[in-house]
Amino acid sequence: MKGNRNLWLGGGLTLIFASAALISFLWVPYDTTVLDIANKIKGPSGAHPLGTDHFGRDILSMIMVGARTSIAVALVAVGIGMGLGVPLGLTAAAKKGSLLDELIMRGNDLVFAFPSLLIAIMITAVFGASALNAIIAIGIFNIPVFARLTRSGALSLWTRDYVMAARVAGKGAARISAEHILPNVTNLLIVQGTIQFSLGILAEAGLSYVGLGAQPPTASWGRMLADSQTMISFAPHMALFPGLAILLTVLGLNLMGDGLRDMFDPKLRRAR
Amino acid sequence: MLRYFLKRLLSLALSLVVASLVIFLALEVVPGDPAAYMLGINAQEDTLAVLRDQLGLNGTVVERYFAWAGGMLRGDFGISYTYRTPVAEMIGERLWISLPLALYALVLSTLIAFPAGIWAASKRGSAADVTVMGVTQLGVAIPNFWFAMLMVLVFAINLRWFSAGGFVGWDAGFAAALKSLTLPAVALALPQASILARVMRSSLLDTLSEDYIRTARAKGLSRGQALWRHALRNALIPVLTIIGMQFSFLLAGAIIIENVFFLPGLGRLVFQSISARDLIVVESVVMLLVFAVIVVNFAVDMAYAVVDPRLRTRR
Repeated sequence: MKGNRNLWLGGGLTLIFASAALISFLWVPYDTTVLDIANKIKGPSGAHPLGTDHFGRDILSMIMVGARTSIAVALVAVGIGMGLGVPLGLTAAAKKGSLLDELIMRGNDLVFAFPSLLIAIMITAVFGASALNAIIAIGIFNIPVFARLTRSGALSLWTRDYVMAARVAGKGAARISAEHILPNVTNLLIVQGTIQFSLGILAEAGLSYVGLGAQPPTASWGRMLADSQTMISFAPHMALFPGLAILLTVLGLNLMGDGLRDMFDPKLRRAR
Repeated sequence: MLRYFLKRLLSLALSLVVASLVIFLALEVVPGDPAAYMLGINAQEDTLAVLRDQLGLNGTVVERYFAWAGGMLRGDFGISYTYRTPVAEMIGERLWISLPLALYALVLSTLIAFPAGIWAASKRGSAADVTVMGVTQLGVAIPNFWFAMLMVLVFAINLRWFSAGGFVGWDAGFAAALKSLTLPAVALALPQASILARVMRSSLLDTLSEDYIRTARAKGLSRGQALWRHALRNALIPVLTIIGMQFSFLLAGAIIIENVFFLPGLGRLVFQSISARDLIVVESVVMLLVFAVIVVNFAVDMAYAVVDPRLRTRR
């Protein structure tokens, strides 16, 4: 772990935004639900380090509360992807070549054919725009990602001697999957989890930006950018800071994913 | 080869049928009657019935699915609930913006990624490599619509090189039309170029460590000659896969970017249709995009099978 710069830098950035989100539950510099029109569209100053928006709300506070939305949406979406994808992948690997395996993999192909944004659009068209529907849309897209990864990881493990030993000992496929296969694909899943987490943050930002994600008054980075767009010529700070927040969070998660992969599998470091 | 082609064709057809079922059934559960929505709350029951009949809303779910799917196969996408014009016409107009935009972005992304990836791989570990890897790390993390807004600020508002949005139309001449698509295409291309450059680099590095490259070097070729003559061709396979996949991301990504630049493409059509509850338009556009994704992936698969016979038997 020593000298793993990616892990430290990425982990540090991730920690900053995760703490900002957590702290915002207890304290924010200014209440983001209170409008202060007298102080609208002010650039960065001592009182407002990142300036104020068109309603006079403090941008730093909005970014802290927005981190909550982004992280919550992405985290639950990864949870859905793992919660459904991993059991599917394990089942497919345990019953390799069966009709069930074929069905699971073709179902995955189908979900891949719908870019996540299209899934989101359909869900919004049907159920309306909300953070919850954004979670579902991003989560559905995560299912095949984890199912595939788990299946391919698990397939190579099924040929190992210790799995053979477990079968000889009379353990069933489900028990072997849970006790011997799953613990050995966990590293793969953690690395992929950080990557999907960062993609989830980007997707949430994009969806809220076009109005399909979190609805006002819930603060979200994508919405802040959408609000700032018409004012970008005279209030560029309104667009700059939420965008930087997204960029740095995603960058942090990606670096952390790279760092974790190097940590779990030092062989790969040489190859890259 | 023929067997492989037919097998893949069958699975293509099956994917399309299932996709159309999913889309149709998803929008089928939407509460509310489009006819009532169009005519307002004071509509008479008999006028409603006539309109429902015109829109093809009568009949069982199965009948309506076949009417919709069959219509699409003939190029008849139905009539928009709000504009009362054929959906196919509306999509056709918009496609002339969205499709060139996606292709433009794809070309840009390839033009940026290939030299960057090859350069980084050929100078592995050097300052050039570190720079390319650093820039692409940023390119992957940047939200493309935010990058688009920053470009508008710099190149449209401050420098006035481009207009901040809108599309002049193909009638204004190819150069002018292309110019108004340039900022959106760059915004779309940047993250994709970053991914592609990284794939290009790692694929080349893998190939460069193969035995036949060592043989070529032993025969007296320089590292650069071995790279251009032997490694590049073989490194292209994973790169082509990613390019195929990116086309779908570009088509879907254009939906958001079109909103930044107020381009009247498919993306804006979808959003207008969602807010107007014009579900038949949403249904048709989504189906069209999914169709494009499935067909492009099929074409990429076929291209490989032609180029690389080993891949025909693998699956």
